[in-house]
Amino acid sequence: MTTVAATHDHAHDHHDADHHPGFFARWFMSTNHKDIGTLYLIFAIFAGIIGGAISGLMRAELAQPGIQYLTTWAAMLEGEGASIDQAYHMWNVLITAHGLIMVFFMVMPAIIGGFGNWFIPIMIGAPDMAFPRMNNVSFWLLVPSFILLLGSAFVPGGTGLGAGTGWTVYAPLSTYGSQGPAVDMAIFSLHLAGASSIMGAINFITTIFNMRAPGMTLHKMPLFAWSVLVTAFLLLLALPVLAAAITMLLTDRNFGTTFFDPAGGGDPVLYQHLFWFFGHPEVYIMILPGFGIVSQIISTFSKKPIFGYLGMAYAMVAIGVVGFIVWAHHMFTTGLDVNTKMYFTAATMVIAVPTGIKIFSWIATMWGGSIRFTVPMVWALGFIFMFTVGGVTGVVLANGGVDNYMHDTYYVVAHFHYVLSLGAVFSLFAGFTYWFAKMSGRHLNEFLGHLHFWVFFIGVNLIFFPMHFLGLQGMPRRYPDYPDAFGYWNEIASIGYVIMAASMVIFFVNVAYAFIAGRKAEDNYWGEGATTLEWTLSSPPPFHQFETLPKID
Amino acid sequence: MAGAKNHDYHILPPSIHPLMGSMSALLAFGGLVMWMHKMPYGGLISGLGWIGILYTFFAWWSDVVKEAQGGDHTPVVQLHLRYGMILFIASEVMFFVGWFWAFFDFALFPRPLQVIEGAIEIIQGPNSVTMAAGQFPAKGLEVIDAFGFPLLNTLILLCSGTTVTWAHHALINNERGGELTGFWGALGVGANDNLKKGLWITILLGALFSTIQIYEYIHAPFAFKGLNYSSAFYMATGFHGFHVFVGTIFLIVCLVRSYKGHFTPRQHFGFEAAAWYWHFVDVVWLFLFVAVYVWGGWGAPVHGG
Repeated sequence: MTTVAATHDHAHDHHDADHHPGFFARWFMSTNHKDIGTLYLIFAIFAGIIGGAISGLMRAELAQPGIQYLTTWAAMLEGEGASIDQAYHMWNVLITAHGLIMVFFMVMPAIIGGFGNWFIPIMIGAPDMAFPRMNNVSFWLLVPSFILLLGSAFVPGGTGLGAGTGWTVYAPLSTYGSQGPAVDMAIFSLHLAGASSIMGAINFITTIFNMRAPGMTLHKMPLFAWSVLVTAFLLLLALPVLAAAITMLLTDRNFGTTFFDPAGGGDPVLYQHLFWFFGHPEVYIMILPGFGIVSQIISTFSKKPIFGYLGMAYAMVAIGVVGFIVWAHHMFTTGLDVNTKMYFTAATMVIAVPTGIKIFSWIATMWGGSIRFTVPMVWALGFIFMFTVGGVTGVVLANGGVDNYMHDTYYVVAHFHYVLSLGAVFSLFAGFTYWFAKMSGRHLNEFLGHLHFWVFFIGVNLIFFPMHFLGLQGMPRRYPDYPDAFGYWNEIASIGYVIMAASMVIFFVNVAYAFIAGRKAEDNYWGEGATTLEWTLSSPPPFHQFETLPKID
Repeated sequence: MAGAKNHDYHILPPSIHPLMGSMSALLAFGGLVMWMHKMPYGGLISGLGWIGILYTFFAWWSDVVKEAQGGDHTPVVQLHLRYGMILFIASEVMFFVGWFWAFFDFALFPRPLQVIEGAIEIIQGPNSVTMAAGQFPAKGLEVIDAFGFPLLNTLILLCSGTTVTWAHHALINNERGGELTGFWGALGVGANDNLKKGLWITILLGALFSTIQIYEYIHAPFAFKGLNYSSAFYMATGFHGFHVFVGTIFLIVCLVRSYKGHFTPRQHFGFEAAAWYWHFVDVVWLFLFVAVYVWGGWGAPVHGG
């Protein structure tokens, strides 16, 4: 293989910024941030289809009270005569897989690996990432990680095949409650995904600190770069704690330690602390880059610099810092004492302050601006609206007292899907439609783009808004069945899923259209408002950009 | 990489190592799952995977060394490497935070347990609903004497921290070469070569630490399984021991590279990274010694004491 590299080296003697290595070297041995970003995006779309299909299975089952399809599916996977317990276990496997896939294999690879890789070096005026080879191993580690997770569905877990522990992998369900190898595969899957993200984080921090073009001070850096910088710190400091926690699970399961087993003096609540010390920063990891993307888009299409730039940057820093000291609000019903709950309630509410700064600064940016309602802009506006809804229900849930009632109901499901499915995912579509032509050189269709947005918007709101009602009425999450009284809103939610799925067809048709017949993109196709460095380059940019570094004044 | 580039960053040619390492990781961890569940060929598959991972490390860092020797590591690229190493160590610190968290959870919120001839039992309260007072480590557990081998190991690691710093200063001041005489001469170390002397001594101290640690594990008065104290003790000190092992290998690589003359007083980041890592391992040990050995065993019966 070194010969491939060597030939490539020689070819570069007669260089040209647009010279690509051959197919295998380009896509399997890449050291190019844009190609690796593309790999991440393709991977995330692939994982998103799987994770989205799993939610389709869940909505199909939940469309009516009673068990509709689970026994049939369990019979398909486990063979005829699968018991009802195996069918229930399959439900647990579905919710677990949906959560893990969407978090670790869709949102994170797309928003950090995909857009981060593509645009962080360009936005700060750098030719590539600081560690281009390590960048590639960050991507490729996701592949074995995903194979281990998907493969776990076909080996014994607890009552049936697959890891049915929830994405939180709480002990003792994940220890003596699920003795099969499926949970070990899921644990190693998280180890590998974690190693991938830690290396990615080191790469982004080093790149942003060291490779900014002359004149690009931290306080002139685009907000998307700020958002990825903060995100990378959260990854770097939170993931190793998860690694320790799941290693304890692994040794408890296989080597006889008793970290989480009270019979040996262990503490199941310890696992929850360790998990959520990671898990809470993790949810900000998913949303912060979205904040950055939305800031770029709002500014571009209001034709104004972002309002309160420094406040916006340091609000993200504040969210990152405070995000590390609020974890136990996920554990209000786990038996914490009242004083601890009071502290975590107060600390959690503090997060609303920097988040409010961001929301109002976006609105203030639009105020008096010359607004254009392009496709990325409507996604960004949808983001602000929907994320605010999710943020407000978050303030409700932050109350330890209220959470006694709300905990593990559909209200929580509605809350975190409003901030993730309608927050992070809206920012993903915003970024995708904003940068697609920059990355591919081809325009998406404007009409199909708007159609996708509106159908998706209606679909996801139909799915998730009724969940607030269901939660307030007391419907618990993570069950495949419910009393008839919850039937109405569940049916509405399932209809919403079909509408959302239809919108995704529009999306993929649009992408196919762009590649087949899309209009060729100019350098700066958004015009005057788009001021960051990617708009100074061709669409798509040269294989190696900035061979002479840009100067920023 | 030749080209029209007018900057000092390192633009790399394509490399197979990331793909190779990742696929090896699939074998390593998939095989490990099979091995843990006693399936046939699990150990073999995992072993092949680990060989692949180790080979990837070797080949990858060999490339890095070649690039450094080839002049690709300009000042700004060296700065990248510094940031990278500091951030890596920061993530390692957080990994140990997890293990200390478990230890302090057990120590500060003790459970009523007793050890009777190796068997662990819950101490019953006065009646069926009240619990007996907790105790950590469990009642009847004998701990390792903190002021025996652990104190010796503390001194060994602290000493090795000074010898590696001595080697570093020797390198900065270009104290290398000199006549090959006596014992050091037989090792190919010149009379003036405090870099190699310092590295040799540091490596030997590291190996001595590991040997004592293994001896301590073999003669420990408590087993690995079944108890919170032993779980936290063995996993925390075990991961630390693994880091000492990795750090020792890192230093051995530096010693080999210093024999090859790779380091100069101006450019020797590989050496500095190894030294930083060594100091990090040293500091983790100090926390382990104070928290786990001294404080964690305070008041408990001492083995052989």
